Amino acid sequence: MDIVELSRLQFAFTAMVHFLFVPLTLGLAFLLAIMESVYVITGKTIYRDMTKFWGKLFGINFALGVTTGIAMEFQFGTNWSYYSHYVGDIFGAPLAIEALMAFFLESTLVGLFFFGWDRLSKEKHLAVTWLMALGTNLSALWILIANGWMQYPIGSEFNIETMRMELMSFSEVVFSPVAQVKFVHTVSAGYVTGAIFVLAISSWYLLNGRNIAFAQRSFAIAAAFGLASVLSVIILGDESGYELGEVQQVKLAAIEAEWETHPAPAAFTVIGWPNEAEQRTDYAIKIPAVLGLIATRSLTEEVKGIADIKRDNAERMVRGQEAYQLMNQIRAGDRSEAVLARFNEVQADLGYGLLLSGYTDNVAQATAAEIQAAVDASVPTVWPLFWSFRIMVGSGFLMLILFACAFWYSTKRTVKKPTWLLKFALFSLPLPWIASEAGWFIAEYGRQPWAIGEILPTHMAVSQLTTTDVWISLISIAVLYTLFVAIEMYLMVKYARLGPASLHTGRYDGEANMAVRPTGEA
Amino acid sequence: MDYEALRFIWWVLIGVLLIGFVVTDGFDMGVASLLKVIGRSNEERRVMINSIAPHWDGNQVWLITAAGALFAAWPTVYAASFSGFYFAMMLTLFALFLRPIGFEYRAKIDSPEWRDRWDWALTAGSAIPALIFGVAFGNLLQGVPFHFDDILRLHYTGSFWALLNPFALLVGVFSLLMIVNHGAVYLQLKTEGELLQRSERLASVLGVVCAALFVLCGFWLWVGIDGYVVTSVMDTQAASQPTTKTVEVVAGAWFNNYQQWPLLWLLPVLGVLSFVASAWFSRMARHAWAFVSSGAAMAMVLMTTGVTMFPFLMPSSSVPSHSLTMWDATASETSLFIMFIVACLFVPLVLAYTAWGYFVMRGRLNEQHIRDNSHSLY
Repeated sequence: MDIVELSRLQFAFTAMVHFLFVPLTLGLAFLLAIMESVYVITGKTIYRDMTKFWGKLFGINFALGVTTGIAMEFQFGTNWSYYSHYVGDIFGAPLAIEALMAFFLESTLVGLFFFGWDRLSKEKHLAVTWLMALGTNLSALWILIANGWMQYPIGSEFNIETMRMELMSFSEVVFSPVAQVKFVHTVSAGYVTGAIFVLAISSWYLLNGRNIAFAQRSFAIAAAFGLASVLSVIILGDESGYELGEVQQVKLAAIEAEWETHPAPAAFTVIGWPNEAEQRTDYAIKIPAVLGLIATRSLTEEVKGIADIKRDNAERMVRGQEAYQLMNQIRAGDRSEAVLARFNEVQADLGYGLLLSGYTDNVAQATAAEIQAAVDASVPTVWPLFWSFRIMVGSGFLMLILFACAFWYSTKRTVKKPTWLLKFALFSLPLPWIASEAGWFIAEYGRQPWAIGEILPTHMAVSQLTTTDVWISLISIAVLYTLFVAIEMYLMVKYARLGPASLHTGRYDGEANMAVRPTGEA
Repeated sequence: MDYEALRFIWWVLIGVLLIGFVVTDGFDMGVASLLKVIGRSNEERRVMINSIAPHWDGNQVWLITAAGALFAAWPTVYAASFSGFYFAMMLTLFALFLRPIGFEYRAKIDSPEWRDRWDWALTAGSAIPALIFGVAFGNLLQGVPFHFDDILRLHYTGSFWALLNPFALLVGVFSLLMIVNHGAVYLQLKTEGELLQRSERLASVLGVVCAALFVLCGFWLWVGIDGYVVTSVMDTQAASQPTTKTVEVVAGAWFNNYQQWPLLWLLPVLGVLSFVASAWFSRMARHAWAFVSSGAAMAMVLMTTGVTMFPFLMPSSSVPSHSLTMWDATASETSLFIMFIVACLFVPLVLAYTAWGYFVMRGRLNEQHIRDNSHSLY
């Protein structure tokens, strides 16, 4: 593997492990705030115990979220130094704001959440919990603004003097439609994760007939919160489909395996077998007009296919080739007006010139075959995107069914929940993680070959390290993360099994010296 | 406000963030480094851990924010230092990995071996970064071998082992001991009995050692380390192009700023005095004053480093004219301005709720408190 592939692998691994913990933090934080609100309003101790018990599990998860999060911040500098130089002027700002506005808030208040129970009034502690939840969500907002800009870089311009992208409009970056849709879609997915986590573990208690009152109440809160969240994920997922149709047509075409542009409105391929070699989808089952509706909100607009996108990119590649040569000329000291003027005309395609530089030793003299190779690489491989998307959406709809059923049964207080539902909930536990990881895979792999969409190709973005350097760091990280995740899973299972008995209040099943009958009531 | 002013403000602000980091996260790193040194039983170590338990995470955000601000305000410095010091950064990262899980998981299983491993993890996770940050500054003062190519891609030509030179190691040890000292003065505020006495005794020695090390580092810098001087005229309003100036390496040049503005000597002098004062107050059992002195001493150390190198941030030893300075390695004016506004809004807010957090958790901890709350504390 070369340095680019290794750096990508390291980033992908650290990011995907990080995102095992983030969504649960996002979701559980709000569930804790809701449970504690019920406690403060009703004064029933059981809701405080719920907050404390689910809070314990939250803490076990939160610790690894912090641990794996530090790696993310360091890695842009360590492994993607040209990226950091080239776009730090824009990309650095949301990261710094994230730390100032969100990390400080959540990290300071998480300490008070755990250790402030006896030192704060009920209301103050509740405020701490809500602000902690707000902090986690604000951090998601800023990192997704940063990521949104990588997908759809607006509000910025290239500066030939400093050889980097520079910020022109901060508000365009912040209010980027891609970032906003991404934010709501991602945090909702986090809420769903938190809800399934509580729902599944509560179902397990109910299946075992333990801590019934505690589990029933947790189940009810999770079911309601989860139903609202899963609807929001799906609706906003559809909205991001529309955003993609507007600004990231390549990704949309790859997800849908739209090899050719078809007459409007485009059909939606439910399932099939993408055939990269022949550039077609075998055994496709299609629903007429649906893709057109999702992507363009109309019946008359076309959805561009991969072949047409490549034809466009071939033209941009030629202009990019010129921009690249002019850039070198200017960097070498030629500031004549004609050169600068021409550069300004073609600089929007400089990214394609940079992309081409990865496929030829001499951009100016690139052969037709080299240009074609760069054009082919300007569209990501279809099948990984096609399948991850279907896995994500499939998981999403399964969860919708689960929450609809769970909510239905939890509104009927008198009826005992059927065993099939409890088992369905328990075995659905991995679904939100599968969906989230698949979703991030689509977002990031679908952006390839770009680190910054159509501006900076991934192969240019890396640090000038040796493959040995990155092998050493990658293997070390892999070993450490595996160890950490194993420990985390062990503790999570241990404490989930112990249940609220781990609080040592004497009110719950399985405690050595139970003071009260195990009804879980206070 | 013009570009020059913004660049200067950001030089100050990054300094403020670094000072915030050493003064707050410094003490929790110090306490964790001392777990196996002055904590003699599990309960004593739990007292130490719980004295920082509600705060360490918020404190560490000063470091995260400093790194984020570096990315935003000095992107090229962030790129050059993080990729150039690759293995040092990775080692720091691996050490920092151990802290969140060490704090959170140590008390989750009631077994002496389990706790002992996490004690070592917390010690390593806190002491290693403190050491490496010192080593990094020791190398910055000597210059780092890197240069740019035509399109400003960074090429680092040194090795990890070259970072571990005698001067840098001395600065590393100084950095570690000053953090440990800070941990010991913090424990004076939060503990009772024997733990308190041990912290007082330790800090009354360490403060003097730190003062001596600070003087020694300065002396070595004077006699043994060449400084960097910009010999062309710097356009402080120009776009950030770190390769267009000329720079010379001159013996004793790191003391030029002090010759030009002799008042700057106050910073190192106050630094030395503050270290001695922290030792004295620790001996006299004036705990709050000891903490203030130790914090002030570390702030002076950082300020001394900053003004010594001014305007350099990361000098290049291989191609000195490619050195990064606070005039030619910054973000654009727009970006600096927006980040300045954000900092003005949020830094006071952060300070306010952080202070409230300390106020809520005020008071000393003892072993009885640990026993009474064994299941909810770390």
